[in-house]
Amino acid sequence: MRAAANISTIRTPIKSFDVDRIRQDFPILKQRIHGKPLVYLDNAATSQKPQHVIDAITHFYCNDNANIHRGVHLLSQRATDAYETARIRIQKFINARHAHETVFVRSTTEAINLVARCLGSRIVGPGDEIVLSAMEHHSNIVPWQMLCEEKGAKLRIIPITDEGELIWDEFEKSLGPRTRLVTIVHMSNVLGTINPVAEMVQAAHSRGIPVFVDGAQGIAHARVDVQQLDCDFYAFSGHKLYGPTGIGVLYGKTGLLDSMPPYQGGGDMISTVTFEKTKYNILPYKFEAGTPDIAGAVGLGAAVEYLETIGFDSAIAYEADVLTYAAEALASVPGVRLVGTAKNKASVQSFVMKGIHPHDIGTIVDEFGVAIRTGHHCAQPLMDRYRLPATARASLGIYNTKQEIDILVEALSKVSEVFG
Amino acid sequence: MSYLNELYQQVILDHNKRPRNFGELEQANHHADGYNPLCGDRVTVYLKVQGDVVEDIRFKGVGCAISTASASLMTEVLKGKTVAEAGAVFKRFHSVVTGRSTDTSDLGKLAVFQGVSEYPVRVKCATLAWHTLQAALDGKADTVSTE
Repeated sequence: MRAAANISTIRTPIKSFDVDRIRQDFPILKQRIHGKPLVYLDNAATSQKPQHVIDAITHFYCNDNANIHRGVHLLSQRATDAYETARIRIQKFINARHAHETVFVRSTTEAINLVARCLGSRIVGPGDEIVLSAMEHHSNIVPWQMLCEEKGAKLRIIPITDEGELIWDEFEKSLGPRTRLVTIVHMSNVLGTINPVAEMVQAAHSRGIPVFVDGAQGIAHARVDVQQLDCDFYAFSGHKLYGPTGIGVLYGKTGLLDSMPPYQGGGDMISTVTFEKTKYNILPYKFEAGTPDIAGAVGLGAAVEYLETIGFDSAIAYEADVLTYAAEALASVPGVRLVGTAKNKASVQSFVMKGIHPHDIGTIVDEFGVAIRTGHHCAQPLMDRYRLPATARASLGIYNTKQEIDILVEALSKVSEVFG
Repeated sequence: MSYLNELYQQVILDHNKRPRNFGELEQANHHADGYNPLCGDRVTVYLKVQGDVVEDIRFKGVGCAISTASASLMTEVLKGKTVAEAGAVFKRFHSVVTGRSTDTSDLGKLAVFQGVSEYPVRVKCATLAWHTLQAALDGKADTVSTE
């Protein structure tokens, strides 16, 4: 608690969202790229960090650094407090019932692998099925595919519409007697689609099927209440939520987490060890073997604190308004076609330009200081679905402005000019 | 914009728009597939080699302007060359696009790719077709990857 709370870089709560003030909190945004102001539109890859997060990490290393959960000395106590305070902040941010349901991991990817290994390998057998959607990131495909190969099980894919929405009837049809798990992305990193997770959980639970939610994007662009969603697992990374890289969270319901064996063996995940038998520690420590990324957890706790202080709900409402503007502005550029036009979406707008490869778009707009992502976005099956080798993608954070979208649009007219 | 103009020279834009020697080659006795997993670019290079001479060469695939133009110009430049000469051209081309050499005097039309050296992430685009060519000549069956 002392680690982050002593720092006074957070401004007082803002009534109406003031993006100019928010931008002041992100030091990286002050720089110029190729002589132009940086327009950072690659937030779906990673977000920038506010000074408050950077300071919290620095403060931790300058004042409180020690290993956690062991020393009797004061520093160790302070480090433990800082780490556990971060956990409680995150628990409250996602409204988990208990702090021990918030397990620190490295990333969303690690969380998915953990559940595939520790739960999947117990509940999935030959001929069983795991249901996931056509818009999953590779990280929510491959760990399940590996499990299926090992167990002789198979993946069932929920198809999507051209707009990028799940086809509900197909989802319901995919739930059968062999379905052991549904794993679904909360928000698509390519299409921006926000899936109806609460309804999907209800449909799956009515058939006794647990649901894993990949919240890598969703956590930063929608208000997540895990009790309201009623999902069994929800995973996210800190770095897309304005926190540091190297730290992530696996939320899981107590009963399921308790039923699962540890993911890795080591220190901190045990209560007693003899050469004959080891007794595992309680939640969440059972899943946190070895010294964790303590400073990373402190940084993520600070990110959550920052977002709550500035008003996360008004921040994402502001961002949604800029997204609407961006979609309209991009659609008006001659030759541009939007990819991903679901009714319920956030932050992300993918697009293609007639006769111009996304990589060429990315290189040219970079000269204007505009950072966008181009490629398959680690979602090759989705690219195949749209018969595209790649897309260009602009993805917004809470600090982006409509003026920045105008700069992107201007840069795209240069792209058309070069390839005209 | 100067680097950008260097990168997207008219010759490159022209070959991107109207790639030469594009499509399958029925009499090919060598071919290979290339793939850049980073951007999804795919190319297949077909060769008809008689003795040690590249009698004909064609390609097909999807890619960015740099990768398409590079494949197109490669086919133009290599037709009629010996296998050994083709290997030597690739070596020279590679050292120029990676910025290890600035001497383009013996590269002919391929000199237009010198601008790529200012864009390290685009080197793979410029060299995909060439790596694939090498694989075709070496008789490798697997898809060549730039990763």
